[in-house]
Amino acid sequence: MWSRVLAVIVKELRQLSRDRMTFAMIVMIPLVQLILFGYAINTDVRHLPAAVVDMSDSSYSRALIQAVTATQVVDFSERLSNVHQAETAITNGQIKAALVIPVDVGERLVRYSSGHYMTEPVAQWLVDGSDTVVASTIKGLRKMPMDEVLGNPHSEGVPTLEVVQYFNPEQRSVVNIVPGLLGVILTMTMVLFTAVAIVREREQGNMEFLITTPIRPFELMLGKIVPYVIVGFVQVGIILGVGHRLFAVPIRGGLDSLALAALLFILASLTLGLVISTVARTQLQAMQMTVFVLLPSILLSGFMFPFEGMPQVAQWISEILPATHFMRMARAIVLRGAEVANLGYDVLWLLGFTLVGLAVASLRFSKRLD
Amino acid sequence: MTELAVETQGMTRLFGSNKAVDSLDLAIPKGSIYGFLGPNGCGKSTSIRMLTGLLTPSAGTIRVLGEALAGNEERLRRRIGYMTQKFSLYENLRVTENLNFVAQIHGVPRRQARERVAELLTLYDLTGQHKQLAGSMSGGQKQRLALAAATLHQPELLFLDEPTSAVDPENRREFWERLFDLCAQGTTILVSTHYMDEAERCHGLAILERGIKRADGSPKQLMAQMGARVVEVGGDDLRTLKQRLTQQPAVLSAAQIGSRLRVLVRDDEGDPVQWLQPLIAGRTLEEVRPSLEDVFVTCTGARAHPAPRESSHVE
Repeated sequence: MWSRVLAVIVKELRQLSRDRMTFAMIVMIPLVQLILFGYAINTDVRHLPAAVVDMSDSSYSRALIQAVTATQVVDFSERLSNVHQAETAITNGQIKAALVIPVDVGERLVRYSSGHYMTEPVAQWLVDGSDTVVASTIKGLRKMPMDEVLGNPHSEGVPTLEVVQYFNPEQRSVVNIVPGLLGVILTMTMVLFTAVAIVREREQGNMEFLITTPIRPFELMLGKIVPYVIVGFVQVGIILGVGHRLFAVPIRGGLDSLALAALLFILASLTLGLVISTVARTQLQAMQMTVFVLLPSILLSGFMFPFEGMPQVAQWISEILPATHFMRMARAIVLRGAEVANLGYDVLWLLGFTLVGLAVASLRFSKRLD
Repeated sequence: MTELAVETQGMTRLFGSNKAVDSLDLAIPKGSIYGFLGPNGCGKSTSIRMLTGLLTPSAGTIRVLGEALAGNEERLRRRIGYMTQKFSLYENLRVTENLNFVAQIHGVPRRQARERVAELLTLYDLTGQHKQLAGSMSGGQKQRLALAAATLHQPELLFLDEPTSAVDPENRREFWERLFDLCAQGTTILVSTHYMDEAERCHGLAILERGIKRADGSPKQLMAQMGARVVEVGGDDLRTLKQRLTQQPAVLSAAQIGSRLRVLVRDDEGDPVQWLQPLIAGRTLEEVRPSLEDVFVTCTGARAHPAPRESSHVE
């Protein structure tokens, strides 16, 4: 049995080493995507284009504008003379927000600083709310302290609830994205490679010969998977290595924990690819099915949005996906220094997924053509 | 009684409502080369796929090498070899890599495998190409490699599905020599073809058309029993003569071959030369020996146009 598995592995590796395009993709996909997403995906919103409608034109209003500019959240690129113009500019997409400063801003500020109960805000923001991230960023400016605007010494009050941040004190999104990218890139490459691997043999006619030999379906499946486990580890190495050097992503947990989690996830993804390959008839179908799995793996796994924020049904769906479990483990290990031993639920789930997938693929793969 | 390598009764395969193979009875004796002759789409490949256990027959029974095929496919597959119509080895592996892979899949021990591969490379004249990628080889070389792979485990029964369709005549001759070598060593060979000259080399032959077996026997028997006699007419304006003759019910077929018209006349008309004499207006006449192509034409519904030699499609 093992000699047949080994024969398939050796054959698969030989073919892979002669397929330059695939070989290049193994290295380029993680590299390019990591660099692209590492720099591009950023939930810390800065420098939104904004306008100011200053109806007061006083020293107070200028001090207010300066204070808002100092937060770096917005860049005041335009001065508009009335609210109507601001609305038009937002509709046209020239600006994302407009700060409207009323004529009596000075009086309002004085009332604010004297500690009076505030009945009127100091000024008003008009926001393009279609992008919720932009909107909530501007909303974050609602409680902006006004002491500096009035020239008073900075006196930060004691907050009602204090927040202590663990693990990512600078709040850099890239720290969260790099371990997440592990899951996304591995899903993409691992599922696709194996999904195509068997379908290709069927399309090119190799299968008709292969199934008249004594090879067993399980042996063929195993032999097809193992080479890609190696490929998967190469990709994990690239992502973490580059992530660490380029984006200073800390790797807190043990590498052995991470390797084990990665192995489990790679195996689960590969068997998913095998199941696809027993369903798909052509390579194109196999690719389409891979995309069908890939999109929820990106959007529902917690890579883009926090898992806990999704509705119950979406959470159930995302629990099925191997990517969700790996995302959770990778972030726990890489960012929080957790160990695989503490992540039993996800470990068992990936293990179960692999075994069930392998059984389904072996059963579905019949050594017949009808 | 000779032992049978393949025995089927009523073997049928449906694809939807289309009968690809229709109650085929076969009895192929061991140690012979048996041919399936027929146009494309006549059920040759489907039959071979059923006999190798790749397709399940819709009806009928199959016995291979003395055992019922159903339920014993895995065990029987060790004893049979199969060369597919399309090249089915790996194009981006070298010749020796392909053969080593097949040897390992068949569980041949390493040392024995090395000897066997070397032996096959010599036998099939691939020694010079052993490092070449299979995909970059010529049609004839690929076909020899495929035969080497199909016979690596020394099967008792070998199925070849149109093995020479991508090969020039020179290589075809060579190939058939190899088949007779294998046959002499005791291998039973079942080969499908649409070439008449290849069919003529077989010990036994089944002529298939639209899934139905039209005739069965050795080429000699088939020619003797074909129920028609062959007359060649020479002279001018053969096209017009052909038009006239094909309207006669006793004429099964008339086809021009060079400067002669080959006419198949039903043998119940007595002497065909005498029968034809009044119809041909003073042209020359000569009765000739029937060929397998004549058999094929009489078997497959005696159409006016015999199947061309190169490839014969069902109209």
